[in-house]
Amino acid sequence: MSVQPYFQVENLKQYFPITRGVIFSRTVGAIKAVDDVSFEIPAGETLGLVGESGCGKSTTGRSVLRLYEPTAGRVQLGDIDVTSLSATELRELRPKMQMIFQDSYSSLNPRHSVGKIVAEPMVIQGESDGARTRARVQELLELVGLNPDHMKRFPHEFSGGQRQRIGIARALALNPSFVVCDEPISALDVSIQAQVVNLLAELQKELGLTYLFIAHDLSMVRHISHRIAVMYLGKLMESATYDELFSAPLHPYTQSLMSAVPIPEPNIEKSRTRVILSGDVPSPVKPPTGCVFHTRCPFATDKCAAEVPEFREIRSGHRVACHHVDDPAIGPTIDAQREEIVTSIESAAGYGPDRTFSGAST
Amino acid sequence: MHGETVLRVRDLSVQFDSIDGTVHAVNNVSFDLKRGETLGIVGESGSGKSVSMMSLVRLIAEPPGKITSGSAMFITSDGEVDLLSLSRRQLSRLRGDRIGFIFQDPMSSLNPLMSVGAQIAESVRKHTQLQRAAAKTRAIELLEHVGIPGAKQRYDNYPHQFSGGMRQRVMIAIAISCNPDILIADEPTTALDVTVQAQIADLTNRLCKELSISVIWISHDLGVVAGLADQLMVMYGGTVVEYGEVEQVYAHPRHPYTIGLLGALPKLSKTEERLVNIAGAPPSLFSPPTQCPFADRCPWVFERCESERPALYDVGGEGRAGVVRSDDATDGRGSSDGWVDSHLTACFYDLERNRRRDADEPVAVRPGALAHEEQG
Repeated sequence: MSVQPYFQVENLKQYFPITRGVIFSRTVGAIKAVDDVSFEIPAGETLGLVGESGCGKSTTGRSVLRLYEPTAGRVQLGDIDVTSLSATELRELRPKMQMIFQDSYSSLNPRHSVGKIVAEPMVIQGESDGARTRARVQELLELVGLNPDHMKRFPHEFSGGQRQRIGIARALALNPSFVVCDEPISALDVSIQAQVVNLLAELQKELGLTYLFIAHDLSMVRHISHRIAVMYLGKLMESATYDELFSAPLHPYTQSLMSAVPIPEPNIEKSRTRVILSGDVPSPVKPPTGCVFHTRCPFATDKCAAEVPEFREIRSGHRVACHHVDDPAIGPTIDAQREEIVTSIESAAGYGPDRTFSGAST
Repeated sequence: MHGETVLRVRDLSVQFDSIDGTVHAVNNVSFDLKRGETLGIVGESGSGKSVSMMSLVRLIAEPPGKITSGSAMFITSDGEVDLLSLSRRQLSRLRGDRIGFIFQDPMSSLNPLMSVGAQIAESVRKHTQLQRAAAKTRAIELLEHVGIPGAKQRYDNYPHQFSGGMRQRVMIAIAISCNPDILIADEPTTALDVTVQAQIADLTNRLCKELSISVIWISHDLGVVAGLADQLMVMYGGTVVEYGEVEQVYAHPRHPYTIGLLGALPKLSKTEERLVNIAGAPPSLFSPPTQCPFADRCPWVFERCESERPALYDVGGEGRAGVVRSDDATDGRGSSDGWVDSHLTACFYDLERNRRRDADEPVAVRPGALAHEEQG
């Protein structure tokens, strides 16, 4: 790639120790929440990070901001190496990288007014001075579609969607260039989700933001992302541009994930090809050997249980961690399954009436 | 057996008293549930979908809750009973026996101090004559039936030893243990991951079709419901805004809220520039139902929508638009069986369009209009 990506993560590892004993506590093992994850995001683009609960996607979001201290790996923002910064340097860099949290109930202080919440990052960074801060808060509230007169109100007076907007305003207070959005919409109702996603997309265009968008909903991720990375048990399974990923999901896990997402068209939903995985995600305390997905993979062989597949580039910009996607024996079967799934999903594209929803045209 | 009505709910209203006033949680909800069919109920949080179903079997707190009107005829081979007029004791005999439940959060609906097998056997013993040993055999059979591997060994496990998806399987086993007539599933897949969600939805659907159980599937996810339901009921602000066959409602949504909701969903199959944005927020339920609940957010609002609450009108096919549908409708088609086959919506749009067209006033054309609308 000729252009240096704006945000780059290399071989990130985040292990949490498992300890035994209260007084003489000793480490008896580690939960490999994030294990050897690498990705990059060009400036002004969005990487969607998808996975089921417990796969380490939120941990990744926090580690790259050094909200957790990564066990190993390198994180680079522009030309700054985030992982090697001292605490003071990190604090100076904080305005550039911010986070929007999933749960707007617990991430907003119930005793602070909205004005105070949104101004707080500026106070912490020592950029606050009375009137200017007030003006900036008003500007921010307007930017996210809230009434600036509501500055004196408290979080409980707002609905879920509005509270998420407050969280967005706070994240934007210091003019960041990189924002981690940790499932910002999963707690919201469908009609409100669309409002927040549209807002995030508009802000990205307007302010040139770079997003790491974490979600478990593939269809929403498709809508907002330029590139998508699929995670399973702490490892990346596949990453590609959204077009490439949705037209040619190579990894069996991505395929089954796509086929499990319900499509809101009864005729298609009732008849389409589905790959329903058996069982649940294994515990990250004792992850399966070899390929972590082999216990649920319909194509698994002995090799999968023994060797960890390399996360390798199969086509330009399309990386997959699977032994069998291009081997001559099983590869064609995986391909055939892919064809079926993609075809049945794409048949939904032209389906259904026009659902434009706006003012009446006469 | 198929095609008979098992549950006929008419005009159900539920209110809650609170310090700030009366909450009109459910207003005049009516529907029919047929044997062996699945009725999907979709709506956002606070739309009254759970409250209306839970109030049918009186699983709401009373007080502050109060069922202010309505009837719910439960029709079996033993005759008809109105669920709302039964005593607590009579109801508790029905619950778990004739009417099964699956709730959203299996961890809080299972007893953490009792083995899962014992919880299934408890339900079996309460509602049948089976003795301890026979109930245990039946419970193991049920565990196998819902796809738990090693059912015999798993019988003595406790809920915390099960994963979320397996716990939900146990809930399903309890719910179907007595071959109920009706299964009320209140967002059973919401707390699960998407791959597990697909397993549970498939399992419930398969078992209920096998045992000819009628299902009321409550969900906020239009995608899940699309794959399961035969009939669909869309709720908003405590009222039914649209009701009809699932294919019909998805292909020709007639209520602006349904149109907006379907447009607000991101598509897995294509990327749109922008998702449909339903501006504003759901209505406050404190105000008594005097206007259309969606009027404040509707782009095709008429004056009439703000002064009157629309009833459910039949918009089923060409020329039928605007027929008031209720049991005492004057057109003679209002037999109680007429409900299920029609497509109903609580919106003045069709009526107003007809009136304005007759009066030569300009008519706003909505996207996705039916063929007979566009000709007009």
